[in-house]
Amino acid sequence: MDAAAEQKYNFAVVRWFTVMAVVYLVVGALVGVYIAAELAWPFLNFDLPYITFGRLRPLHTNAVIFAFGGCALMATSFYSVQRTCGVRLWSDKLAWFAFWGWNLIIVSAVITLPLGITTAKEYAELEWPIDLAIAVVWLVYSFNFIMTLATRKTSHIYVSNWFFLGMMVMITYLHVVNSLAVPVDLFKSYSAFSGVQDAMIQWWYGHNAVGFYLTAGFLGIMYYFVPKQAGRPVYSYRLSVVHFWALMFGYVWLGSHHLQYTALPDWAGSLGAAVSLAMIIPSWGGAVNGMMTLSGAWDKLRTDYILRFMIMSLAFYAMSTFEGPVMSLKTVNALSHYTDWTVGHVHSGALGWVAMVAIGAIYHLMMRTFHTEMWSMKLINAHFWTATIGAVIYIVAMWVSGIMQGLMWRAYDEYGTLAYTFAESVEAMHPYYAMRTVGGAIFLLGALMMLINVLMTVAKASSEGSLQQARTAAATA
Amino acid sequence: MADNQSTGFQEKMEKNVWLLLLILALALTVGGIVEIVPLFTMKSTMEHNAAPELVWQRQPGQTLHDHKPGDGVRPYTALELAGRDIYQREGCYTCHSQMVRPFRDEKERYGHYSLASESMYDHPFQWGSKRTGPDFARLGGKYSDDWQRKHLRAPRSVVPESVMPNYPWLKDSLVEGKDMAARFKVMRLLGVPYTDEDIASANEELAGKTEEDAMVAYLQVLGTMAKLDENKVYRE
Repeated sequence: MDAAAEQKYNFAVVRWFTVMAVVYLVVGALVGVYIAAELAWPFLNFDLPYITFGRLRPLHTNAVIFAFGGCALMATSFYSVQRTCGVRLWSDKLAWFAFWGWNLIIVSAVITLPLGITTAKEYAELEWPIDLAIAVVWLVYSFNFIMTLATRKTSHIYVSNWFFLGMMVMITYLHVVNSLAVPVDLFKSYSAFSGVQDAMIQWWYGHNAVGFYLTAGFLGIMYYFVPKQAGRPVYSYRLSVVHFWALMFGYVWLGSHHLQYTALPDWAGSLGAAVSLAMIIPSWGGAVNGMMTLSGAWDKLRTDYILRFMIMSLAFYAMSTFEGPVMSLKTVNALSHYTDWTVGHVHSGALGWVAMVAIGAIYHLMMRTFHTEMWSMKLINAHFWTATIGAVIYIVAMWVSGIMQGLMWRAYDEYGTLAYTFAESVEAMHPYYAMRTVGGAIFLLGALMMLINVLMTVAKASSEGSLQQARTAAATA
Repeated sequence: MADNQSTGFQEKMEKNVWLLLLILALALTVGGIVEIVPLFTMKSTMEHNAAPELVWQRQPGQTLHDHKPGDGVRPYTALELAGRDIYQREGCYTCHSQMVRPFRDEKERYGHYSLASESMYDHPFQWGSKRTGPDFARLGGKYSDDWQRKHLRAPRSVVPESVMPNYPWLKDSLVEGKDMAARFKVMRLLGVPYTDEDIASANEELAGKTEEDAMVAYLQVLGTMAKLDENKVYRE
């Protein structure tokens, strides 16, 4: 129990973001499993507009990226910026504004998306009034973070904060530019851009939401929580400087690799693919830096289940940042684009890297901010295995179905005509869609274990009075 | 350890959050500017700069209904745009692309590869990223209106392997009363060449029409506006 830290820092807002992140993980995964099942067994759409695949898929992506990812990022960044700067958040009021604002945005997404209120731009579906709210809350969150850095007691800004800063700047750019639209009424707007320009801006947004929100932001998490959990300093400072700047400068260029062979001019797609290949190096720099932080302490993996999540996440990160550049190669992209392989790739990053590193950090945060042990360590281990096995089943199913789709679409028979109709390729996907649903359900089961564990820990902290004690005990710093 | 010493400029940034913020703000703009800005300025981006026949040259007094398939890319009619809005509302883009790539198999399955000029009036673009179902860039005219209606209401009644949801509610709700004039005006503000006459007649065109009518009108116009020459190289 750390009464001094509890009284010095604002942990209350961290606690709320942490618990909500777990709630949204369950919700996002649940919607994901349901829409996966709809593709395997389409009767599940039940002829109800609000639960059709087309309307729920944006809800799934928004829930996992912005609700789960956003709450996890805000919890971890608000916690680590205070610890690494030795000061309380610059403004408690703005921190709570960010919490309530962000959660209201999530609620509005849950209402509007099933109603079909959408801009129809992937991962940016929310309509313009909500976009405005996102911009305000995001800037308030960022401003508070930056002012906390500005008032720090330490001489240098710690590396995790560089990554969070990079994320804040880039997400502001992306959100503002990609959301430019002219409203028709409160619930409908048309994108300011059209056709090829709109496509390029959308994928500049889409890939950098991955690059800066789900990569840079979560690398910020990694740089604080992996060393903390392992009890070791970051492996190499120099490596972190080099891969930080390479990642910041380079990632921005990758969006165009989503538009290979489309009506986007060839130079743009090729440029994106070339930089994508080069990005293997800084990406692996981060993965190596994280994993090697454990050098000399590998034995901890046997007993520390939270550390297991973090190291497994780095393994997935290394794998999917190798897979991504490969898929951006023109010859590979010709096969993989438009198929389930892309979906598999996204989920190896999302389930394997983003979710697992956040889950590790959340367990760490639970104990530090509720000043007690987790309700069940065994359940964390069970969660680790269900999350890993679920993710692997999901990814393998999508690899097989994706490559199979790609090959069936381009297959010719002996007479030189197309060997398969499109419908035949859809039929061939059924077993893999079923398998994907099972993998997702196993992952969801793990998330449910986590929610139970987290809620029981909150109850435990309350019945033990550990939180109350930390708040009132005379601080012995 | 020597490894853990910052030096020079990096050290300055690590000690000054405003400097770090400024350098980040600059570094993060480069890639976007290089890849996006030329698409607005380079003439070669839009094929109709070299092949003007791709875009409909509307004569004074002509309405959108005077356009014949193949006359060139034109703004959507009120019914088509209403259909396109429903297409977006239902999230069709999550499973259907509208972008044919220049491969032999795609040519045989879907038709001529797509051009940038063909989606020049599409706010937003609907190229998509996933083909859980087939591509729609050249869907227009491939099936009859009747087939499309049957398929929308119950896809598996015509394609047993399909995993698409049924959309029976489209035939039961009217698009009548939708303010298409307001939507046309926004589109015109964005550069889509609607005339005052187009805007004046937009709402009347929806009289008695269902969402299904609108959807079919949209699906049937996809890829039919411009006539593409097999022997012409539109793109390098």
